[in-house]
Amino acid sequence: MYDFAYHRPKSVADAVALLKGKEEARPMSGGMTLIPTLKQRLAKPSDVVDLGGVKELAGIKVEGGNVVIGAMTKHGDVATSADVKAHIPALADLAGHIGDPQVRNRGTIGGSVANADPAADYPAAVVALNATVTTNTGKHAADGFFKGLFETALGEGEIITSISFPKPEKAAYMKFPNPASRYAMVGVFVAKTASGVRVAVTGAGPSVFRVKAMEEALSKNFSSDAIKDIKVPATDLNSDIHGSAEYRAHLVGVMARRAVDKANK
Amino acid sequence: MTISVAMTVNGKSVSGKVEARTLLVQFLREHLGMTGTHVGCDTSQCGACVVHVDGQSVKSCTMLAVQAEGAKVTTIEGLAPSADKLHPMQEAFRDNHALQCGFCTPGMVMSAIDMVKRHNYQLDEATVRRELEGNLCRCTGYHNIVKAILAAAPAMKSAGV
Ligand SMILES: Cc1cc2nc3c(=O)[nH]c(=O)nc-3n(C[C@H](O)[C@H](O)[C@H](O)COP(=O)(O)OP(=O)(O)OC[C@H]3O[C@@H](n4cnc5c(N)ncnc54)[C@H](O)[C@@H]3O)c2cc1C
Ligand code: FES
Ligand code: FES
Repeated sequence: MYDFAYHRPKSVADAVALLKGKEEARPMSGGMTLIPTLKQRLAKPSDVVDLGGVKELAGIKVEGGNVVIGAMTKHGDVATSADVKAHIPALADLAGHIGDPQVRNRGTIGGSVANADPAADYPAAVVALNATVTTNTGKHAADGFFKGLFETALGEGEIITSISFPKPEKAAYMKFPNPASRYAMVGVFVAKTASGVRVAVTGAGPSVFRVKAMEEALSKNFSSDAIKDIKVPATDLNSDIHGSAEYRAHLVGVMARRAVDKANK
Repeated sequence: MTISVAMTVNGKSVSGKVEARTLLVQFLREHLGMTGTHVGCDTSQCGACVVHVDGQSVKSCTMLAVQAEGAKVTTIEGLAPSADKLHPMQEAFRDNHALQCGFCTPGMVMSAIDMVKRHNYQLDEATVRRELEGNLCRCTGYHNIVKAILAAAPAMKSAGV
Protein backbone atom coordinates (compact mmCIF):
# COMPACT_ATOMS: atom_id res chain seq x y z
CA MET A 1 0.00 0.00 0.00
CA TYR A 2 1.30 3.46 -0.85
CA ASP A 3 1.11 5.84 2.09
CA PHE A 4 -1.37 8.72 2.11
CA ALA A 5 -2.51 11.60 4.29
CA TYR A 6 -5.32 10.50 6.59
CA HIS A 7 -8.21 12.68 7.74
CA ARG A 8 -11.07 11.95 10.10
CA PRO A 9 -13.65 14.76 9.80
CA LYS A 10 -16.65 14.95 12.12
CA SER A 11 -19.19 16.46 9.68
CA VAL A 12 -20.22 16.09 6.04
CA ALA A 13 -19.25 19.73 5.43
CA ASP A 14 -15.71 19.11 6.71
CA ALA A 15 -15.42 15.89 4.69
CA VAL A 16 -16.48 17.69 1.51
CA ALA A 17 -14.03 20.52 2.21
CA LEU A 18 -11.19 18.02 2.67
CA LEU A 19 -12.01 16.29 -0.64
CA LYS A 20 -12.35 19.55 -2.54
CA GLY A 21 -9.65 20.57 -4.96
CA LYS A 22 -7.59 17.42 -4.35
CA GLU A 23 -7.98 15.28 -7.41
CA GLU A 24 -6.38 12.27 -5.73
CA ALA A 25 -8.37 12.39 -2.47
CA ARG A 26 -10.75 9.51 -1.77
CA PRO A 27 -13.50 9.10 0.82
CA MET A 28 -13.45 5.89 2.87
CA SER A 29 -16.46 4.33 4.57
CA GLY A 30 -16.05 0.72 5.73
CA GLY A 31 -12.82 0.30 3.79
CA MET A 32 -13.83 -3.26 2.87
CA THR A 33 -13.29 -2.49 -0.80
CA LEU A 34 -10.96 0.49 -0.62
CA ILE A 35 -8.33 -1.09 1.66
CA PRO A 36 -7.99 -4.25 -0.50
CA THR A 37 -7.71 -1.96 -3.55
CA LEU A 38 -4.96 0.08 -1.87
CA LYS A 39 -3.12 -3.09 -0.82
CA GLN A 40 -2.97 -4.19 -4.44
CA ARG A 41 -1.72 -0.74 -5.38
CA LEU A 42 -4.62 -0.36 -7.79
CA ALA A 43 -5.18 3.13 -6.42
CA LYS A 44 -2.79 5.74 -5.09
CA PRO A 45 -4.81 8.41 -3.29
CA SER A 46 -2.95 11.41 -1.92
CA ASP A 47 -5.52 11.73 0.87
CA VAL A 48 -7.99 9.35 2.48
CA VAL A 49 -10.97 11.03 4.11
CA ASP A 50 -12.40 8.57 6.65
CA LEU A 51 -16.16 9.08 7.05
CA GLY A 52 -16.15 6.84 10.14
CA GLY A 53 -16.30 9.82 12.49
CA VAL A 54 -19.24 11.52 10.77
CA LYS A 55 -22.09 10.58 13.09
CA GLU A 56 -24.80 12.27 10.97
CA LEU A 57 -24.20 9.72 8.17
CA ALA A 58 -25.22 6.59 10.11
CA GLY A 59 -28.68 5.43 11.05
CA ILE A 60 -32.05 4.35 9.70
CA LYS A 61 -35.25 6.42 9.70
CA VAL A 62 -38.75 5.82 8.44
CA GLU A 63 -40.10 8.95 6.77
CA GLY A 64 -43.59 8.66 5.35
CA GLY A 65 -43.59 5.75 2.93
CA ASN A 66 -39.79 5.62 2.76
CA VAL A 67 -37.02 3.89 4.64
CA VAL A 68 -34.06 6.29 4.65
CA ILE A 69 -30.69 4.70 5.32
CA GLY A 70 -27.64 6.82 6.14
CA ALA A 71 -24.61 6.19 3.93
CA MET A 72 -22.42 4.95 6.81
CA THR A 73 -24.97 2.37 7.96
CA LYS A 74 -23.32 -1.04 8.04
CA HIS A 75 -24.72 -4.07 6.22
CA GLY A 76 -25.15 -5.85 9.55
CA ASP A 77 -27.24 -2.98 10.94
CA VAL A 78 -29.52 -2.97 7.88
CA ALA A 79 -29.92 -6.75 8.16
CA THR A 80 -31.03 -6.59 11.80
CA SER A 81 -32.93 -3.26 11.79
CA ALA A 82 -36.50 -3.66 13.10
CA ASP A 83 -37.62 -0.81 10.80
CA VAL A 84 -36.13 -2.34 7.67
CA LYS A 85 -37.49 -5.78 8.57
CA ALA A 86 -40.96 -4.34 9.15
CA HIS A 87 -41.17 -2.17 6.02
CA ILE A 88 -38.85 -3.76 3.42
CA PRO A 89 -37.93 -7.26 4.65
CA ALA A 90 -36.36 -8.05 1.25
CA LEU A 91 -33.76 -5.32 1.85
CA ALA A 92 -32.84 -6.70 5.30
CA ASP A 93 -32.57 -10.16 3.73
CA LEU A 94 -30.27 -8.82 0.99
CA ALA A 95 -28.00 -7.06 3.50
CA GLY A 96 -27.78 -10.21 5.63
CA HIS A 97 -26.36 -12.15 2.70
CA ILE A 98 -23.56 -9.76 1.75
CA GLY A 99 -20.16 -11.38 2.21
CA ASP A 100 -19.65 -12.73 5.72
CA PRO A 101 -20.36 -11.43 9.25
CA GLN A 102 -17.05 -9.54 9.48
CA VAL A 103 -17.64 -7.83 6.12
CA ARG A 104 -21.14 -6.91 7.30
CA ASN A 105 -19.72 -5.44 10.52
CA ARG A 106 -17.63 -2.91 8.55
CA GLY A 107 -19.00 -2.50 5.01
CA THR A 108 -21.57 0.24 4.44
CA ILE A 109 -24.44 0.88 2.06
CA GLY A 110 -22.93 4.18 0.88
CA GLY A 111 -19.59 2.56 0.08
CA SER A 112 -21.23 -0.31 -1.76
CA VAL A 113 -23.51 1.89 -3.87
CA ALA A 114 -20.71 4.38 -4.65
CA ASN A 115 -18.40 1.56 -5.66
CA ALA A 116 -20.89 0.06 -8.18
CA ASP A 117 -19.20 -3.32 -8.31
CA PRO A 118 -20.90 -5.32 -11.09
CA ALA A 119 -21.44 -8.20 -8.61
CA ALA A 120 -22.56 -6.13 -5.62
CA ASP A 121 -25.99 -6.75 -4.11
CA TYR A 122 -27.27 -3.31 -3.12
CA PRO A 123 -27.42 -1.86 -6.66
CA ALA A 124 -30.20 -4.36 -7.48
CA ALA A 125 -32.26 -3.09 -4.53
CA VAL A 126 -31.62 0.55 -5.38
CA VAL A 127 -32.85 0.09 -8.96
CA ALA A 128 -35.74 -2.33 -8.31
CA LEU A 129 -37.14 -0.28 -5.43
CA ASN A 130 -36.64 2.95 -7.40
CA ALA A 131 -34.64 4.46 -4.56
CA THR A 132 -33.23 7.97 -4.44
CA VAL A 133 -29.53 8.49 -3.75
CA THR A 134 -28.93 11.69 -1.79
CA THR A 135 -25.51 13.34 -1.82
CA ASN A 136 -23.99 16.50 -0.44
CA THR A 137 -24.98 18.29 -3.66
CA GLY A 138 -28.40 16.87 -4.53
CA LYS A 139 -30.45 13.82 -5.39
CA HIS A 140 -30.03 11.10 -8.03
CA ALA A 141 -32.85 8.90 -9.30
CA ALA A 142 -32.00 5.20 -9.30
CA ASP A 143 -32.41 4.78 -13.06
CA GLY A 144 -29.66 7.21 -14.03
CA PHE A 145 -27.30 6.46 -11.17
CA PHE A 146 -25.41 3.32 -12.24
CA LYS A 147 -23.56 4.17 -15.46
CA GLY A 148 -21.39 1.12 -16.06
CA LEU A 149 -18.60 -1.00 -14.63
CA PHE A 150 -17.62 0.73 -11.33
CA GLU A 151 -19.15 3.91 -12.74
CA THR A 152 -21.88 6.08 -11.22
CA ALA A 153 -23.37 9.53 -11.69
CA LEU A 154 -21.37 10.83 -8.71
CA GLY A 155 -19.20 13.82 -9.57
CA GLU A 156 -15.70 14.65 -8.32
CA GLY A 157 -15.69 15.00 -4.54
CA GLU A 158 -19.43 14.22 -4.29
CA ILE A 159 -20.35 11.95 -1.39
CA ILE A 160 -23.45 9.88 -0.79
CA THR A 161 -25.18 10.90 2.43
CA SER A 162 -28.25 8.65 2.42
CA ILE A 163 -30.43 6.39 0.28
CA SER A 164 -34.20 6.55 0.43
CA PHE A 165 -36.16 3.38 -0.41
CA PRO A 166 -39.91 3.68 -1.09
CA LYS A 167 -41.80 0.91 0.64
CA PRO A 168 -43.02 -1.67 -1.95
CA GLU A 169 -46.18 -3.76 -1.80
CA LYS A 170 -44.10 -6.90 -2.18
CA ALA A 171 -40.45 -7.53 -2.91
CA ALA A 172 -37.78 -10.21 -2.77
CA TYR A 173 -34.14 -10.72 -3.68
CA MET A 174 -32.60 -13.97 -4.80
CA LYS A 175 -28.93 -14.40 -5.48
CA PHE A 176 -26.83 -17.21 -6.74
CA PRO A 177 -23.70 -16.47 -4.74
CA ASN A 178 -20.21 -17.19 -5.92
CA PRO A 179 -19.39 -19.99 -3.49
CA ALA A 180 -16.01 -18.48 -2.59
CA SER A 181 -16.67 -14.74 -2.31
CA ARG A 182 -20.48 -14.64 -1.81
CA TYR A 183 -20.69 -11.83 -4.36
CA ALA A 184 -23.57 -12.32 -6.78
CA MET A 185 -22.93 -14.52 -9.80
CA VAL A 186 -26.45 -13.35 -10.55
CA GLY A 187 -28.84 -11.58 -8.21
CA VAL A 188 -32.37 -10.54 -9.08
CA PHE A 189 -34.44 -8.08 -7.06
CA VAL A 190 -38.15 -8.01 -7.86
CA ALA A 191 -40.42 -5.29 -6.47
CA LYS A 192 -44.16 -4.76 -6.88
CA THR A 193 -45.16 -1.18 -6.20
CA ALA A 194 -48.24 0.99 -6.72
CA SER A 195 -46.68 2.24 -9.98
CA GLY A 196 -45.83 -1.19 -11.38
CA VAL A 197 -43.28 -3.96 -11.14
CA ARG A 198 -39.51 -3.50 -11.42
CA VAL A 199 -36.96 -6.27 -11.97
CA ALA A 200 -33.28 -5.44 -11.48
CA VAL A 201 -30.38 -7.78 -12.17
CA THR A 202 -26.90 -7.57 -10.69
CA GLY A 203 -23.85 -9.77 -11.24
CA ALA A 204 -24.80 -10.72 -14.77
CA GLY A 205 -23.65 -7.67 -16.72
CA PRO A 206 -21.11 -4.86 -16.37
CA SER A 207 -23.66 -2.94 -14.33
CA VAL A 208 -27.10 -3.50 -12.82
CA PHE A 209 -29.91 -3.54 -15.43
CA ARG A 210 -33.71 -3.88 -15.61
CA VAL A 211 -35.58 -6.55 -17.54
CA LYS A 212 -38.50 -4.71 -19.12
CA ALA A 213 -40.12 -7.82 -20.62
CA MET A 214 -40.36 -9.41 -17.18
CA GLU A 215 -41.65 -6.17 -15.65
CA GLU A 216 -44.48 -5.99 -18.21
CA ALA A 217 -45.46 -9.61 -17.76
CA LEU A 218 -45.36 -9.36 -13.97
CA SER A 219 -47.38 -6.14 -13.98
CA LYS A 220 -50.22 -8.11 -15.57
CA ASN A 221 -49.75 -11.26 -13.53
CA PHE A 222 -47.39 -11.28 -10.55
CA SER A 223 -46.53 -14.96 -10.61
CA SER A 224 -43.41 -16.89 -11.62
CA ASP A 225 -45.45 -18.60 -14.34
CA ALA A 226 -45.85 -15.26 -16.11
CA ILE A 227 -42.10 -15.04 -16.81
CA LYS A 228 -41.21 -18.67 -17.36
CA ASP A 229 -40.73 -18.24 -21.11
CA ILE A 230 -38.86 -14.93 -20.99
CA LYS A 231 -35.20 -15.33 -21.90
CA VAL A 232 -32.51 -12.72 -21.37
CA PRO A 233 -29.99 -12.58 -24.24
CA ALA A 234 -26.43 -13.55 -23.28
CA THR A 235 -24.94 -10.83 -25.50
CA ASP A 236 -23.06 -8.30 -23.35
CA LEU A 237 -23.29 -10.42 -20.18
CA ASN A 238 -20.19 -11.28 -18.14
CA SER A 239 -18.12 -14.34 -18.97
CA ASP A 240 -15.35 -15.32 -16.58
CA ILE A 241 -13.81 -18.30 -14.78
CA HIS A 242 -16.92 -18.52 -12.61
CA GLY A 243 -19.44 -18.84 -15.41
CA SER A 244 -20.17 -18.13 -19.06
CA ALA A 245 -22.52 -15.41 -20.31
CA GLU A 246 -25.01 -18.13 -21.37
CA TYR A 247 -24.93 -19.62 -17.87
CA ARG A 248 -25.56 -16.23 -16.32
CA ALA A 249 -28.40 -15.50 -18.77
CA HIS A 250 -30.01 -18.77 -17.70
CA LEU A 251 -29.53 -17.91 -14.01
CA VAL A 252 -31.31 -14.57 -14.49
CA GLY A 253 -34.50 -16.44 -15.41
CA VAL A 254 -34.14 -18.92 -12.54
CA MET A 255 -33.38 -16.27 -9.90
CA ALA A 256 -36.18 -14.01 -11.17
CA ARG A 257 -38.76 -16.81 -10.86
CA ARG A 258 -37.50 -17.73 -7.40
CA ALA A 259 -37.63 -14.08 -6.33
CA VAL A 260 -41.26 -13.77 -7.47
CA ASP A 261 -42.18 -16.93 -5.58
CA LYS A 262 -40.39 -15.63 -2.49
CA ALA A 263 -42.18 -12.27 -2.74
CA ASN A 264 -45.53 -14.07 -2.97
CA LYS A 265 -44.90 -16.19 0.15
CA MET B 1 2.20 10.39 7.06
CA THR B 2 2.99 9.51 10.69
CA ILE B 3 0.08 9.67 13.10
CA SER B 4 -0.25 9.02 16.81
CA VAL B 5 -2.86 6.44 17.62
CA ALA B 6 -4.31 5.43 20.99
CA MET B 7 -6.74 2.64 21.81
CA THR B 8 -7.53 0.09 24.47
CA VAL B 9 -6.26 -3.42 23.75
CA ASN B 10 -7.42 -6.20 26.08
CA GLY B 11 -8.25 -3.64 28.74
CA LYS B 12 -4.92 -1.80 28.62
CA SER B 13 -4.43 1.67 27.14
CA VAL B 14 -1.87 1.56 24.36
CA SER B 15 -0.56 4.17 21.98
CA GLY B 16 2.02 4.48 19.28
CA LYS B 17 3.14 6.27 16.16
CA VAL B 18 2.07 4.61 12.94
CA GLU B 19 1.96 5.37 9.26
CA ALA B 20 -1.52 6.14 7.93
CA ARG B 21 -1.34 2.91 5.92
CA THR B 22 -0.47 0.71 8.92
CA LEU B 23 -3.11 -1.99 9.27
CA LEU B 24 -4.63 -2.77 12.65
CA VAL B 25 -3.15 -6.28 12.47
CA GLN B 26 0.32 -4.82 11.85
CA PHE B 27 -0.10 -2.51 14.81
CA LEU B 28 -1.07 -5.45 17.03
CA ARG B 29 1.64 -7.82 15.83
CA GLU B 30 4.55 -5.55 14.98
CA HIS B 31 4.12 -2.56 17.28
CA LEU B 32 2.62 -4.30 20.31
CA GLY B 33 4.27 -7.70 19.75
CA MET B 34 0.95 -9.49 20.13
CA THR B 35 1.33 -12.22 17.56
CA GLY B 36 -1.75 -14.25 18.53
CA THR B 37 -3.70 -12.55 15.75
CA HIS B 38 -2.63 -14.18 12.47
CA VAL B 39 -2.44 -13.09 8.87
CA GLY B 40 -3.51 -15.87 6.55
CA CYS B 41 -4.52 -14.31 3.28
CA ASP B 42 -4.17 -10.54 3.65
CA THR B 43 -7.04 -10.30 1.14
CA SER B 44 -10.00 -10.11 3.59
CA GLN B 45 -11.10 -13.68 3.01
CA CYS B 46 -9.69 -16.16 5.55
CA GLY B 47 -10.58 -14.61 8.91
CA ALA B 48 -7.31 -15.63 10.64
CA CYS B 49 -6.95 -11.97 11.64
CA VAL B 50 -10.36 -11.52 13.30
CA VAL B 51 -10.38 -9.41 16.47
CA HIS B 52 -13.19 -7.57 18.23
CA VAL B 53 -13.42 -3.80 17.85
CA ASP B 54 -15.95 -2.28 20.23
CA GLY B 55 -17.46 -5.73 20.67
CA GLN B 56 -17.86 -6.60 16.98
CA SER B 57 -15.76 -9.10 15.03
CA VAL B 58 -13.72 -7.49 12.26
CA LYS B 59 -10.93 -8.54 9.94
CA SER B 60 -7.96 -6.62 11.29
CA CYS B 61 -6.11 -6.98 7.97
CA THR B 62 -8.80 -4.80 6.40
CA MET B 63 -8.87 -1.98 8.89
CA LEU B 64 -6.30 0.75 9.39
CA ALA B 65 -4.81 1.15 12.85
CA VAL B 66 -5.94 4.80 12.78
CA GLN B 67 -9.55 3.68 12.21
CA ALA B 68 -9.39 2.03 15.64
CA GLU B 69 -8.47 5.32 17.33
CA GLY B 70 -10.23 5.42 20.70
CA ALA B 71 -11.72 1.93 20.25
CA LYS B 72 -11.76 -1.05 22.59
CA VAL B 73 -9.96 -3.92 20.87
CA THR B 74 -9.98 -7.52 22.10
CA THR B 75 -7.60 -10.11 20.69
CA ILE B 76 -7.17 -13.82 21.34
CA GLU B 77 -4.64 -12.92 24.06
CA GLY B 78 -7.34 -11.06 25.97
CA LEU B 79 -9.88 -13.88 26.36
CA ALA B 80 -8.59 -16.14 29.12
CA PRO B 81 -9.63 -14.86 32.56
CA SER B 82 -6.34 -16.05 34.13
CA ALA B 83 -3.14 -17.91 33.28
CA ASP B 84 -4.62 -21.28 34.23
CA LYS B 85 -8.18 -20.81 32.98
CA LEU B 86 -9.38 -20.57 29.38
CA HIS B 87 -12.40 -18.78 27.95
CA PRO B 88 -15.30 -21.28 27.46
CA MET B 89 -14.86 -21.01 23.68
CA GLN B 90 -11.15 -21.86 23.92
CA GLU B 91 -11.99 -24.70 26.30
CA ALA B 92 -14.59 -26.04 23.87
CA PHE B 93 -12.09 -25.92 20.98
CA ARG B 94 -9.68 -27.98 23.11
CA ASP B 95 -12.32 -30.46 24.29
CA ASN B 96 -13.70 -31.03 20.80
CA HIS B 97 -10.36 -31.27 19.01
CA ALA B 98 -11.39 -28.28 16.90
CA LEU B 99 -7.87 -27.48 15.74
CA GLN B 100 -5.04 -29.23 14.03
CA CYS B 101 -2.27 -26.85 12.95
CA GLY B 102 -3.96 -24.04 14.88
CA PHE B 103 -3.30 -21.31 12.35
CA CYS B 104 -6.96 -20.42 11.82
CA THR B 105 -7.85 -20.90 15.49
CA PRO B 106 -7.46 -17.36 16.89
CA GLY B 107 -9.74 -15.97 14.20
CA MET B 108 -12.18 -18.88 14.51
CA VAL B 109 -12.46 -18.35 18.26
CA MET B 110 -12.96 -14.57 17.93
CA SER B 111 -15.62 -15.00 15.19
CA ALA B 112 -17.29 -17.76 17.19
CA ILE B 113 -17.65 -15.64 20.34
CA ASP B 114 -19.19 -12.79 18.33
CA MET B 115 -21.52 -15.29 16.63
CA VAL B 116 -22.73 -16.77 19.93
CA LYS B 117 -23.46 -13.33 21.36
CA ARG B 118 -25.24 -12.03 18.26
CA HIS B 119 -27.48 -15.09 18.33
CA ASN B 120 -28.14 -14.69 22.03
CA TYR B 121 -26.42 -18.00 22.94
CA GLN B 122 -28.83 -19.96 20.75
CA LEU B 123 -27.37 -21.62 17.70
CA ASP B 124 -28.05 -24.58 15.52
CA GLU B 125 -25.65 -26.38 13.23
CA ALA B 126 -26.85 -24.73 10.02
CA THR B 127 -26.51 -21.26 11.54
CA VAL B 128 -22.98 -21.97 12.77
CA ARG B 129 -21.91 -23.22 9.35
CA ARG B 130 -23.38 -20.17 7.60
CA GLU B 131 -21.89 -17.77 10.14
CA LEU B 132 -18.43 -19.23 9.56
CA GLU B 133 -18.43 -17.98 5.97
CA GLY B 134 -15.65 -15.52 6.71
CA ASN B 135 -13.27 -18.03 8.33
CA LEU B 136 -11.28 -20.62 6.41
CA CYS B 137 -9.64 -23.70 7.89
CA ARG B 138 -7.35 -25.85 5.76
CA CYS B 139 -7.04 -28.72 8.26
CA THR B 140 -10.10 -29.75 10.19
CA GLY B 141 -12.88 -29.90 7.62
CA TYR B 142 -14.83 -27.65 10.02
CA HIS B 143 -16.78 -30.45 11.63
CA ASN B 144 -15.17 -30.25 15.06
CA ILE B 145 -15.13 -26.45 14.94
CA VAL B 146 -18.90 -26.50 14.51
CA LYS B 147 -19.21 -28.99 17.38
CA ALA B 148 -17.03 -26.81 19.61
CA ILE B 149 -19.08 -23.68 18.94
CA LEU B 150 -22.35 -25.50 19.62
CA ALA B 151 -20.87 -26.77 22.91
CA ALA B 152 -19.49 -23.36 23.89
CA ALA B 153 -22.74 -21.44 23.48
CA PRO B 154 -24.43 -22.79 26.65
CA ALA B 155 -21.08 -22.81 28.48
CA MET B 156 -20.61 -19.11 27.72
CA LYS B 157 -24.14 -18.42 28.90
CA SER B 158 -23.67 -20.14 32.25
CA ALA B 159 -20.24 -18.52 32.70
CA GLY B 160 -21.85 -15.15 31.99
CA VAL B 161 -19.38 -14.21 29.23
C1 LIG C 1 -14.58 -10.92 1.59
C2 LIG C 1 -15.57 -9.92 1.03
C3 LIG C 1 -16.80 -10.36 0.56
C4 LIG C 1 -17.73 -9.46 0.05
N1 LIG C 1 -18.90 -9.94 -0.42
C5 LIG C 1 -19.81 -9.09 -0.92
C6 LIG C 1 -21.08 -9.54 -1.39
O1 LIG C 1 -21.42 -10.71 -1.30
N2 LIG C 1 -21.94 -8.64 -1.91
C7 LIG C 1 -21.63 -7.30 -1.98
O2 LIG C 1 -22.45 -6.53 -2.45
N3 LIG C 1 -20.46 -6.84 -1.53
C8 LIG C 1 -19.55 -7.69 -1.00
N4 LIG C 1 -18.36 -7.19 -0.54
C9 LIG C 1 -18.09 -5.75 -0.61
C10 LIG C 1 -18.58 -5.07 0.65
O3 LIG C 1 -19.99 -5.04 0.66
C11 LIG C 1 -18.05 -3.64 0.78
O4 LIG C 1 -18.31 -3.29 2.10
C12 LIG C 1 -18.65 -2.61 -0.13
O5 LIG C 1 -18.55 -2.91 -1.48
C13 LIG C 1 -17.94 -1.27 0.02
O6 LIG C 1 -18.40 -0.66 1.16
P1 LIG C 1 -17.40 0.05 2.16
O7 LIG C 1 -18.23 0.80 3.12
O8 LIG C 1 -16.47 -0.95 2.70
O9 LIG C 1 -16.68 1.10 1.19
P2 LIG C 1 -15.17 1.56 1.04
O10 LIG C 1 -14.30 0.40 0.79
O11 LIG C 1 -14.80 2.46 2.16
O12 LIG C 1 -15.30 2.45 -0.28
C14 LIG C 1 -15.59 1.87 -1.55
C15 LIG C 1 -15.52 2.96 -2.63
O13 LIG C 1 -16.57 3.90 -2.49
C16 LIG C 1 -16.09 5.22 -2.22
N5 LIG C 1 -16.96 5.72 -1.16
C17 LIG C 1 -17.11 5.21 0.09
N6 LIG C 1 -18.08 5.85 0.76
C18 LIG C 1 -18.58 6.80 -0.09
C19 LIG C 1 -19.62 7.77 0.02
N7 LIG C 1 -20.37 7.88 1.13
N8 LIG C 1 -19.86 8.56 -1.04
C20 LIG C 1 -19.12 8.45 -2.18
N9 LIG C 1 -18.13 7.54 -2.35
C21 LIG C 1 -17.86 6.72 -1.31
C22 LIG C 1 -14.64 5.05 -1.81
O14 LIG C 1 -13.85 6.16 -2.15
C23 LIG C 1 -14.23 3.81 -2.58
O15 LIG C 1 -13.91 4.15 -3.89
C24 LIG C 1 -17.40 -8.06 0.00
C25 LIG C 1 -16.18 -7.62 0.48
C26 LIG C 1 -15.26 -8.51 0.99
C27 LIG C 1 -13.96 -8.00 1.52
S1 FES D 1 -5.64 -12.26 6.96
FE1 FES D 1 -7.37 -11.00 7.26
S2 FES D 1 -8.93 -12.13 6.33
FE2 FES D 1 -7.18 -13.36 5.91
S1 FES E 1 -6.45 -25.94 12.11
FE1 FES E 1 -5.05 -25.63 10.50
S2 FES E 1 -6.03 -24.08 9.34
FE2 FES E 1 -7.53 -24.57 10.80
